[in-house]
Amino acid sequence: MNPFVQALQQGVPLSLYLLLSAVLFALGVVGFLIKRNLITVFMSIELMLNAVNLSFVTFAHQWHAVKGQIFVFFVMMVAAAEAAVGLAIIIAVFRARATLAVDRIDLMKL
Amino acid sequence: MTILQFFLWSLIKVIVVTVVMLLSVAYTVLLERKLVGRIQNRWGPSRVGPFGLLQPLVDGAKSFLKEDIIPSGVYRPLYLLAPIIALSCALISIAVVPFGAPSVTGPGNFVFFQISDVNIGLLVILGITSIGVYGIALAGWSSNNKYSLLGSLRSSAQLISYELALGLSLVGVVLRAGSLNLREIVESQSRHGIVTWNLFGGFQFVAFFIYLMAAYAETNRSPFDLPEAESELTAGYHTEYSSMKFAMFFMAEYANMITVGCVATMLFLGGWTSPFGNLIPMPQNIFFQALLPIFWFVLKVLSFLFLYVWVRGTLPRFRYDQLMNFGWVYLMPLAILNILATSLWLAYK
Amino acid sequence: MHLIVFLVFAAFCLTGAVNLLLQTHPINSALSLIVVMTSLAVLYLLLGAEFLAAAQVIVYAGAIMVLFTFVVMLLNAGREERTRGSRSAMGVGFPAVVVLLALTTTVVLHIQGLGATAMQEGITSTQELSQVLFTKLLLPFEVTSVLILIAILGAVTLARPADAEKTVSK
Repeated sequence: MNPFVQALQQGVPLSLYLLLSAVLFALGVVGFLIKRNLITVFMSIELMLNAVNLSFVTFAHQWHAVKGQIFVFFVMMVAAAEAAVGLAIIIAVFRARATLAVDRIDLMKL
Repeated sequence: MTILQFFLWSLIKVIVVTVVMLLSVAYTVLLERKLVGRIQNRWGPSRVGPFGLLQPLVDGAKSFLKEDIIPSGVYRPLYLLAPIIALSCALISIAVVPFGAPSVTGPGNFVFFQISDVNIGLLVILGITSIGVYGIALAGWSSNNKYSLLGSLRSSAQLISYELALGLSLVGVVLRAGSLNLREIVESQSRHGIVTWNLFGGFQFVAFFIYLMAAYAETNRSPFDLPEAESELTAGYHTEYSSMKFAMFFMAEYANMITVGCVATMLFLGGWTSPFGNLIPMPQNIFFQALLPIFWFVLKVLSFLFLYVWVRGTLPRFRYDQLMNFGWVYLMPLAILNILATSLWLAYK
Repeated sequence: MHLIVFLVFAAFCLTGAVNLLLQTHPINSALSLIVVMTSLAVLYLLLGAEFLAAAQVIVYAGAIMVLFTFVVMLLNAGREERTRGSRSAMGVGFPAVVVLLALTTTVVLHIQGLGATAMQEGITSTQELSQVLFTKLLLPFEVTSVLILIAILGAVTLARPADAEKTVSK
């Protein structure tokens, strides 16, 4: 029997979680590449981090390894620190250029 | 018990708790008005019904019938969403609160007096409090009004600052109980009645004090009610709201008060356990066994609410910079010192 | 039952993520991201990570996104526009992402022995988590707290207005 159908009868196949994580990551990359507002680009980065967290928790569940979940905890802490500093940088950029459009902040020259 | 039966019984529990909660919110408003009136040497509302007991119903009817004005420059989706977020977050956190003794169970170990007994109950309450900040932040921004924006920014900054002190003050209790499960935290205080409550026997009086002040700031109540002070900010973040949406913010504030009171009684005052402990033997009648813990719980929450209203009627309000200074420079380090002291005490016990 | 809950919340996640891309105003994108994060918290609960679900709501949805919302509200930069840069980015971005997604999906579907998860099994209690965190991984934990301290200092320094130094030095 197809292992996917077999897993489906026991509960939710873990590959579905991994697929969801891959799709969320891909959507985060799309956002990073096509959005023109600096804050939205930053939010896409957070989306990518969350997708990776989901992968970690899925594998931690598969191998019953608590270290996977602890790594997620660390990723959350680092993301919090990075968000704080990143947003402070965005505020500083806004003060200097008075715009948040990525197309107008792409040169060092004012 | 099948899943469908479980869902139906849980739905009944949810409906009962929500109705009781909304009625309590309405009558807490009346309690406050009467008490503040008596503190100020006047009667509170006393004309409508005996002792003014029909006042909340009349106020509710008035709110429904008022004209609902939506200014033209507001950002509509968020303007309509903000009071919904505020009220739902205020009402959701009551789902993990245990009201009565868990020893009285239904068929198939069905718990009567708690909607959901999760292992991380305390963190659920903290998380929902964190989400409640959005109601206020979005309300102020979407109103397209400078006073609203200022009021909501000040209020949000106040809320996220005091969330820290709130969470840290609860860590001492968690250390003593060894669990984040609210039922287990209450049961760890129930051995000898009032002596083993976390406030007295658990030496958490500093934590209770910190929690009290952080709770006043979290619910935007005096003496921390600058964001809604009329003389300062023309009603702050709910300036542009009228009738039902304003009533939702109002209800959210009082529902938050009740939730915070419930959390304080569970963590510091022993929850549903009686202060006499084992001195008075439990009556054999199952009906009394179910009702007596609820009676103690309600009594403790009422005393906490009384304290809330008493402080509101007595103390003047903080200025904004004093408020932020107090939260970051005094309350947070004090909470951390409390954690340190509690863990040292528990390590050497 | 488990499958239904998973599908509902996975649908919320995907809707939120797609909405983040489709909206032009950053505040709408921020709210969609909050939806994604809370749905992910429910998915963590389904995978038995209850402490992480609570941490996701408290830290990510309740603190980090509040920061984002504040910055959007304060800077008030307004809606995005279509520019030449955005059209060329879309031309490169979409194919690149399709390739990336195809690669990861192929890898995921070829993993052997993944198994399934059911409702009753494997809830990791907070006690198990903390037993590993505070004994074997204590050093990274302490390093993270220093990192957050550095981030606070950095954020405060960067976000301060430039003329504040003159008033402070007096």
